[in-house]
Amino acid sequence: MIYLDHNATTALRPGVLAAMQPWLEQHYGNANSQHRAGRLARQAVEQARAQVATLVGCESAEVVFTSGSTESINGALRGLRPTASRLVGATEHEAVLEALADCERLPVDGQGRVDLHFLQDWLRHHPGALVSVMAANNETGVLTDLTSVVEAVQGVQGLVHSDATQICGRLPVDFRSSGLAALSLSAHKLGGPKGVGALVLRRGQDIKPMQRGGGHERGLRAGTLNVPGIVGFGAAAEQARQHLDAEAARHSAWRAAFEQELRRRHPRVEIFGAEAPRLPNTSFFALPDWHSEALLMALDKAGFALASGSACTSGTDVPSHVLTAMGIPAQRALGAVRMSLGHPSEESELHALLDALDAIVQPTRNGAAAYAGLLNQ
Amino acid sequence: MIYLDHAATTPLRPEARAILAEFAQADGPFANPASTHSLGRQMGARVAQARAEFADILGAQPNEVVFTSGATEADNLAVLGRARFAQTQGRRLVVPRTEHKAVIDPVRHLQGQGWQVDWLDPGSAGVCSAEQVAGALAQDTVLACAMAVNNETGHEHDIPAIAQLCLDEGVPLHVDAAQALGKVPTQVLPGVGSMAFSGHKLGAPAGIGALYLRGRPRFGVEPLVFGGGQERGMRSGTLPAMLILAFVAAAKAAVSAQESEYQRLKSLREELWDTLAAQVPKLIRNSPAQGSSPHVLNITVPGVQGDSLRALLPELALSSGSACAAAQAESSYVLRALGHDDALANASLRISLGHTTTLVEVQAAASQIVAAVRKLRSWHPEAE
Repeated sequence: MIYLDHNATTALRPGVLAAMQPWLEQHYGNANSQHRAGRLARQAVEQARAQVATLVGCESAEVVFTSGSTESINGALRGLRPTASRLVGATEHEAVLEALADCERLPVDGQGRVDLHFLQDWLRHHPGALVSVMAANNETGVLTDLTSVVEAVQGVQGLVHSDATQICGRLPVDFRSSGLAALSLSAHKLGGPKGVGALVLRRGQDIKPMQRGGGHERGLRAGTLNVPGIVGFGAAAEQARQHLDAEAARHSAWRAAFEQELRRRHPRVEIFGAEAPRLPNTSFFALPDWHSEALLMALDKAGFALASGSACTSGTDVPSHVLTAMGIPAQRALGAVRMSLGHPSEESELHALLDALDAIVQPTRNGAAAYAGLLNQ
Repeated sequence: MIYLDHAATTPLRPEARAILAEFAQADGPFANPASTHSLGRQMGARVAQARAEFADILGAQPNEVVFTSGATEADNLAVLGRARFAQTQGRRLVVPRTEHKAVIDPVRHLQGQGWQVDWLDPGSAGVCSAEQVAGALAQDTVLACAMAVNNETGHEHDIPAIAQLCLDEGVPLHVDAAQALGKVPTQVLPGVGSMAFSGHKLGAPAGIGALYLRGRPRFGVEPLVFGGGQERGMRSGTLPAMLILAFVAAAKAAVSAQESEYQRLKSLREELWDTLAAQVPKLIRNSPAQGSSPHVLNITVPGVQGDSLRALLPELALSSGSACAAAQAESSYVLRALGHDDALANASLRISLGHTTTLVEVQAAASQIVAAVRKLRSWHPEAE
């Protein structure tokens, strides 16, 4: 199986499990216990905290470990300035949209970039607001101009939280200079284990506790620390940081060649957000006349794992809310397929994908469009 | 180092280790169980199978199991989620004072928001009787809590009796079973609305747990975490398949060994107690021989400082009480609820046994404790 769905989740980076092993096997102390086993576990947690802090450019004390991005995002959106007005991007992950189901949405343009004019207008009527915008979109890979967003929001003494789940480990992040109040990230998207993530919270920023009972994580997130998971997160963050430049350069070049060849072989292909700055690893595209589920099924049979968008909403016959917000008509949006590269990816896999797409699409061109049409109904 | 702090966390079971080893292979599985490609579907099927097996252990239905990041999250979801769901029916809770902090802290938070909390005092019995719980239930009570096994002393609530009276009164019961599963018989009962479980207390890695939520009649709770709709919307977030599979593998092993382990740990604990009691005058036993889970022996050594005692036991990993409270320099509220003053509560040790504990370890621990107490008492003979 050729796996090209690294935005859904990715394999552990080499050495991550080895780093976790001692904490699973020999040193199983509860990090809050005062005996030696507990103190050792606490040291390992603090080392991992520093590793994560280095990746995102923050102080160690600003890292709060959670069970993952979804928990971090929920904690930030509910816990930061509880009484302030809230605005979230229209193309945000479900974790943001559902955490704040009733709040206003910040529109995007046809390339998925947030509408800064709308933001400025809205802020005039909502001083001190909390705004949440993702750093990079999970479906299109489109990057948000966080500098402009933060500048506008700080102009009215507001706060910005950013879902940085997809960008961390893929492009440089510097929390210190970003002006963000908080940032959410996940271990398993950057080659760490599932079940662990972090909320990075600016020093001195007030927030309501995310989980209560025991006062772990400075009282912000109670619960026995997942020591092996946290150690794995730290190891993955360290590795991601070391390889970040090389991976970004390589993925960017492969993706450019892939998209060029895709357009050459399928002139009517649509690549979403291609005009905007994007993550180097993601390509979200639609082939005319192909429903994404039909294409994904055919690809799956041919040995390729891709996705139609967020794994969290896959399997539904509703067009991607990301594409809908970008003004893409439902019929085309329903054809969207996401290819996302990761640390184990190789360029030959994209060549193979191009050939597989040819083989799948070819009979359709020769008159079997009815098949795709059938699945489109 | 002799590890006798299994109530804080316990080593991996081989069954959990096998899952981790499988995932650790270079080409091991890693897909998101919500993905629709075949790798995702295979992972989804394994999670579904694990969910069914876990439900089976409890006598529950698979759709009544919500995987969480641990027992703290499960307790928070049960208490806060229940409160948000039921607040129009009433804003009153019944909670024993000796519950784990993962229950106590959310309850205190609700109290701060104007909820009425009927705190139950277990008294010297160490547990609240079913009549005591039932007697506190009012018209507007929307949740009662009772932990199955106390984490500091091992005291067992009579959950079947409490659940029956709660059922009679129509008030759902939340049971924190983090210390119970695999240690004492643990099944869902008709009056139980929700039940919280922890992976790392039974030989799975930390970072995974579960909440049982009754389907019929439905135990209504509002989710605390949104986004993605996993776990039927009750708990969004990418499912950590490896942790779930390791958790269920460990839970199955722990439950199938439960009866024999119960006998084995009981005899180890009694051996430990007999040795200590024979050599340490005035020793107080906080974990009764009957009515407490055999994996915990909590003792009080009058006349010594708990911190000093633990400092003289560098080769023993044990605790003064809950690891969750270890960072806070207050004496155990569980022991104070039993009637100990601060000095006695501070002079206590929680020795907790687990699946790897051997007779040799217990005997060595006993002689180290005896030697340490003798040394301390010889330095401060008047304190006796």
